[in-house]
Amino acid sequence: MSTEDILKQTPLYQQHLSLKAKMVPFGGWAMPVQYESIVAEYDCTRHGCSIFDTSHMGEFFVDGDAVKSGLDFLVTQPIKDMPLKTCRYGVMLNEQGGIIDDLIVFRIEQERWLIVVNAGTMEKDERQFQKFIRPSEKFANRSAEFGKLDIQGPQSRALLNGLIPDIGQLAYYAFDHFDLLGANVLVSRTGYTGELGYEIYFSWDRTPELWDELLKRGARPAGLGARDLLRIEMGYSLYGHELEENICPLDAGLERFIDWDKDFFGKTALLKKKDSLDQQKIICFISESRRSPRQHHRIYDQNQELIGEVTSGIFSPHFKQGVGLGFVKKELAKKGDTIYFGDDKNKLPAEVVSRPIYKQGSLKS
Amino acid sequence: MEVVDHYFYTKEHEWIHIEDDQATIGISEYAQEALGDITFVELPSVGTEVEQFEQCSSVESVKAASDIYSPMSGKIIEVNTDLEEKPELINKDCYERGWIAKLELNALEEQSKLMNAEEYRNYLNTLE
Repeated sequence: MSTEDILKQTPLYQQHLSLKAKMVPFGGWAMPVQYESIVAEYDCTRHGCSIFDTSHMGEFFVDGDAVKSGLDFLVTQPIKDMPLKTCRYGVMLNEQGGIIDDLIVFRIEQERWLIVVNAGTMEKDERQFQKFIRPSEKFANRSAEFGKLDIQGPQSRALLNGLIPDIGQLAYYAFDHFDLLGANVLVSRTGYTGELGYEIYFSWDRTPELWDELLKRGARPAGLGARDLLRIEMGYSLYGHELEENICPLDAGLERFIDWDKDFFGKTALLKKKDSLDQQKIICFISESRRSPRQHHRIYDQNQELIGEVTSGIFSPHFKQGVGLGFVKKELAKKGDTIYFGDDKNKLPAEVVSRPIYKQGSLKS
Repeated sequence: MEVVDHYFYTKEHEWIHIEDDQATIGISEYAQEALGDITFVELPSVGTEVEQFEQCSSVESVKAASDIYSPMSGKIIEVNTDLEEKPELINKDCYERGWIAKLELNALEEQSKLMNAEEYRNYLNTLE
């Protein structure tokens, strides 16, 4: 076995094993896909409070002026006008305007930034940062220092309040530093579930202590299976599904995260795509039955003509129907249209709906 | 992992309960646990003739779909319509209330190609 085949372990690996989690490879890491039941973990997140181990994600730091450091040029979202202690979502592009990764930028100080990136793309993200951030020593990949826990669900604020009395002050997509278990830690009001929730960046070695404390206070562990279900219902993109090097952010429905007034890497190619007729768009849809769409299923129109492909699909316990995301040719498939998913032999009807598919989330409550 | 003593099993983790020339089929504890929350069962049509180890049904879980193969040849004489609304019966009780179909068997000698409970338990041990 080569070293590439050995899966990395988060600081909570032993906790997952003792909770009898089903472990799967994800972005080079051994991660829990479920503990007891994806549906139960989903329900807990929609109605109670769940914790997710997201320690596999990457934490990059950049010191310097937004523009002069090169950071502003690397990402599509505007960052130089970001207020302190806020987060902003965007993407990093290749020269062809395809997506290297999606990421969130945190403005910690006037000239200090945290960039949170995906685990599976971290190496190429790092190469891109090393290439563009100047002077180069102002960039640091500190992922190995931080464990990360996502506390998500309508009860998450009440639960965290016992540990962080000021947690209620945190606005959506803002962050701050708080005293937690004797440490000074960064907590953001962000997440990937559509529910009220927080993400805590804790020292790697002490992450098990925080995990155990949150479990003791009534949070339930949830795995990647529930996380996938929650994000698909919200129409959120996942790298490797809706986002890829050969997919541009316009096709991926991310134009609102692009600042056309600034210069950024990949902009020239992206402007050409904007004027091209060969565009795709992302759609959300609900199956008419319990049968669920799956990644790589094809999408057909009412005349059974092939118009696109499913990128993510899953069974929604809320609707008791399958739900999915997929790409279709831009001019086709409007909200309310019937489409079909499946293959040549078996085509199943679904309705195109607006994003998010699940509209009752407590996200901004 | 529960294995019912008087049932027979396939390597694909289906079970069959033979009573004279009729039988009930379903999937094992191992299979339901591997699939996780089951969300849909495609039931075979009553009257269909199926061959041993031929696909006769499929089940979907939250994240995946998988085919079910008939442990023996025969004609489908009844299907578990409760699964249409409550596919989770397979998770809750895979050997009784989570049965999938009943067969009229036409080749009883095919049983020799299946594992009995003890053999199936040994087989499960090799998978861990």
